[in-house]
Amino acid sequence: MPETEIDISARKRLAWRVAEVGKIIDETPRVKSLVLDVPGWPGHRPGQHVDVRLTAEDGYQAQRSYSVASAPESTHVILTIERIEGGEVSSYLASDVQAGDKFELRGPIGGYFVWTVAIGGPLFLVAGGSGIAPLMAMLRHRAAAQSTIPALLLYSSRTFEDIIYREELDRLAARSDGFKVVHTLTRRQPSGWTGGARRIDHSMLANLGLSANARPRIFICGPTSLVESAAQYLSDLGHERNLIKTERFGPTGG
Amino acid sequence: MTQPPISRGFRGRRPDDGRTGRVPPGQHVTRDFPVLSAGPTPETDLENWSFSLYDGDRAVAEWSWADFAGLPQTSLKVDIHCVTSWSKLDTHWQGVTIDTLIDAAGLSEPPTSFTMIHSDGDYRTNIPVEDLIDGKAMVATRYEGDPLAPEHGGPARLLVPHLYFWKSAKWARRLQFIPNDEPGFWEELGYHMYGDPWREQRYAGD
Amino acid sequence: MDHQEETGLPLDGNAAAGLLGELFAVDVTAAEITCGMCGVVGLVGATRVYGGPMGAIFRCAHCDSVVMRLVRTPAGIWLDMRGSRRLLARVAP
Repeated sequence: MPETEIDISARKRLAWRVAEVGKIIDETPRVKSLVLDVPGWPGHRPGQHVDVRLTAEDGYQAQRSYSVASAPESTHVILTIERIEGGEVSSYLASDVQAGDKFELRGPIGGYFVWTVAIGGPLFLVAGGSGIAPLMAMLRHRAAAQSTIPALLLYSSRTFEDIIYREELDRLAARSDGFKVVHTLTRRQPSGWTGGARRIDHSMLANLGLSANARPRIFICGPTSLVESAAQYLSDLGHERNLIKTERFGPTGG
Repeated sequence: MTQPPISRGFRGRRPDDGRTGRVPPGQHVTRDFPVLSAGPTPETDLENWSFSLYDGDRAVAEWSWADFAGLPQTSLKVDIHCVTSWSKLDTHWQGVTIDTLIDAAGLSEPPTSFTMIHSDGDYRTNIPVEDLIDGKAMVATRYEGDPLAPEHGGPARLLVPHLYFWKSAKWARRLQFIPNDEPGFWEELGYHMYGDPWREQRYAGD
Repeated sequence: MDHQEETGLPLDGNAAAGLLGELFAVDVTAAEITCGMCGVVGLVGATRVYGGPMGAIFRCAHCDSVVMRLVRTPAGIWLDMRGSRRLLARVAP
């Protein structure tokens, strides 16, 4: 039987592009944002991700997926990366990388986990750790569009110092445009802390004042255990399964 | 085709150079025990567990958990090699060898030259009989002195350490003797029919 | 499919978007797939994906049967869809 190699040279979609690191932002002790120049970037929708591929001098390659944290309205592509203990790629991107370094990027991909203002709301976002990244793209887009669609973010972090984008989230909430953020800290709380002080559970979700009748669009992103339990609690609270979209990062949260 | 840009300073995991003689080409040694599954971990009730030998569609022998515990047990210390490039050295297992099962089934010899191993969760993998006998393989129920954990294939998995570890089917329930070699779950999708790590037989055509 | 630390835990179908995009010309994560076992229709992005890094095994979110398998090897991309009845990608005319 003849072997036919499919000619894919004409495909433009999903090509690997070169990304160059422009600026590095220290978000928290473990997390950095990389502001990238990506020539030919076609634009993205909030919530999509990219595949990143690193190549060592001897040709060895490693690949991981990261959510795009920037709004589509932004001029640069921003990835927010947490350094994972023993992580082959994250230890490079969230630690060793310098301005001017290059790697390959493929995307944007993943039209399933997407929210735009055009989709409507209300919008309910649940984030665990670095799972905030794709949800931040949604919130940045919402702000850039000057939308007043009601939006609520429930954000679980280990400690106060681990809250990624903390000041920006405070600024967005201070706009009083219908966006509110509720934090919960699971490991340690600063003195005087008035936010949540435990892992997300059924009663925390029940007490947020979210009506299932309002049919909010729900996006949950973070470590697998947080995502699975939050999705289950919300379903138990009456939210339709097909309005709940999840993005599991695996056990380490990306 | 243009070369991808080198990511300055990226080193990643380095495959061991195999000079120790214990690490097959393209593998690196890990102290972890990564879990790779084709599906969710089955919940197995030992009361209802059984392991069977089949010759085609005909059941030849079946052992309950209690029966299995009563069979001669064997301990093995082996290196294991996953096709995803990690190798783990000096792992300790305990279980029942395939030789013992064939004997306990009252078979004077294996009825065919090939097998398909069937697991809970609809997983299956093919292995030549040659590679299961003469002490080369067992149905393992204990790992490092403890009952085999569910995510690693407990209560019982096949252990065929001289082949890539996808052949050591987790949650094994049945060894079926078949007349011809047929592709199993991963083999149908481009993985090698045999899977010898020393010849780097990862994919079909290798 | 990216090389997540191997834990045996599933990811969402959306995580395999890159691998799907190597084969399909349209974004399949938003496509509707009908499970061959239970008949429930779900989005590909909402299936549970196992098997990384060996490949992507997409399982029905409702009954856990395999609806699609996708593997990239040096020979090319292997796709098995015997576990689904059909897939609907709502692309514009």
